[in-house]
Amino acid sequence: MLCESCQQREATVHLTQVVDDSVKKVHLCEECAAQKGLDVHGPVSITDLLMGLGKAAEAGPEAVAGERSCPRCHMRPSDFKKTGRLGCPDCYESFTAELMPLIKGMHRSEQHTGKTPGGVEGVEPAADEGVEPAAGESLETLQRELEKAVAGEKYEEAAQLRDRIQAARSAAPGGPVS
Amino acid sequence: MIVDDLIRHPAAWLAAGGEAGAVVSSRIRLARNLRSAAFPGWAGEEECEKIWQKLRELLQAAPTLAGSYAIGMDELELLDRQLLFERRLISREHAGKGRGSGLVGTPDERLAVMVNEEDHLRMQVIRPGLDLREAWSVMNAMDDELGSRVDYAFSPRLGYLTACPSNVGTGLRASVMLHLPGLVLMNEMDPVIKGVTKIGMAVRGLWGEGTEAVGNMFQVSNQISLGEKEEEIVHSLEQIVLEIVEHEKNARARLRDRKEAILRDHVGRSRGILENAHILTSKEALDLLSGLRLGLEMSILKCVDRRLLDELLVLTQPAHLQKREGRKLKPRHRDLARAQRVRQVLAEAGVKPVE
Ligand SMILES: [Zn+2]
Ligand SMILES: [Zn+2]
Repeated sequence: MLCESCQQREATVHLTQVVDDSVKKVHLCEECAAQKGLDVHGPVSITDLLMGLGKAAEAGPEAVAGERSCPRCHMRPSDFKKTGRLGCPDCYESFTAELMPLIKGMHRSEQHTGKTPGGVEGVEPAADEGVEPAAGESLETLQRELEKAVAGEKYEEAAQLRDRIQAARSAAPGGPVS
Repeated sequence: MIVDDLIRHPAAWLAAGGEAGAVVSSRIRLARNLRSAAFPGWAGEEECEKIWQKLRELLQAAPTLAGSYAIGMDELELLDRQLLFERRLISREHAGKGRGSGLVGTPDERLAVMVNEEDHLRMQVIRPGLDLREAWSVMNAMDDELGSRVDYAFSPRLGYLTACPSNVGTGLRASVMLHLPGLVLMNEMDPVIKGVTKIGMAVRGLWGEGTEAVGNMFQVSNQISLGEKEEEIVHSLEQIVLEIVEHEKNARARLRDRKEAILRDHVGRSRGILENAHILTSKEALDLLSGLRLGLEMSILKCVDRRLLDELLVLTQPAHLQKREGRKLKPRHRDLARAQRVRQVLAEAGVKPVE
């Protein structure tokens, strides 16, 4: 892939940029990335990059008139863009639409699979979400685990995962029957 | 005074476990927040103070933190806060805080909890050498204890909720501090950094600003905290570190085979300057100590007490120097005090060339 900026060199820097409320992918060569002030090797966290880019691209008014705020802590999206930090745990609910693409871009995932406060491990799909079927979520997780198993040449594990994926597929409503 | 007690012994991450090598230390950090409160950066000072008072009590009552100390950042002078930062017990950001934030930790410095840094709780376990699994198991136990007493902010989908979305999910940041002079001298650090970055991990210089790695010290850590189990994150990082260590070993072997004169010159100059300099900046000292370390590990140099040399990594830092002198020093005077300290320690440690 060629660099979007100079159209000459190979693009090696791939960034996810948040402009207004949409997420854009940017592909640059190292030279052009450096020119744009992006420290490619530096200790830049993904958030810094995302937020920094968002800021540079915007350069708009500090607060947007009439924007929504978190009902609990009253933080507004413009406050978050400024600080890169949320106001309270409820902000994740209040700004789901804005945050989910950002979170997905950072973590390449949108489902927690680690420990839970109860000490129970494993995926517990949110019951109150209701938008995405739970089967789709775990399918995605299984798929990723399968890719990992294959890459790690753990074929026995991969075979088990393949079976679980097939089972999940046929269980999912409207899923492909194969 | 707590800080005065701490500096009587070496920092936990320096208490070299087993044979020293490319891996200096392992760290597990966990971010947790209270469901009922605004994140520290958005809550006011009064709310933060209430949270700090409540959490300090809860933390000190936890069995894993038995015998721990608790200090409010407002109870410490700037120099002491800097000293805690140099010992890697608190972050640079936390060192700048005051009322409403604090530190709870064990006297052996292996466990430390920053209260009201970016999140309500930033808990860390540090261990010398490559010991991520043990560090995680200690952390996991501490987290379980606290989790039964505190109502954590948690969502089934996004996991533990943190002030910054980059930590959401497990809230886990595992990191390993590495000394990689072979790769740097062989000019092979860039491909390593690129490779590690590609798989979602980060490499950065430990003391330097930006890309610069002072003293050839690097920190490798996971960037992704959501969608992987804690054990998976720890395992992947461990694998990457072992790979980097292998690269470093190969680089050192090639250095000896193909560039022996350059290697010996580098080590010899490092020792020569450290033993004779009367003015040393912090950066110069760390860079030269790297050369000394390399010489010892490649059997070009030998010493009686390696530990004394390792400790210099912390003791030559500005706050430690000033604490020892018992007063504030201007940078120029620090450079003099640092050189004197280094000359003295090198003589004590008995550094000599291997014949
Ligand atoms: Zn370009
Ligand atoms: Zn909020």
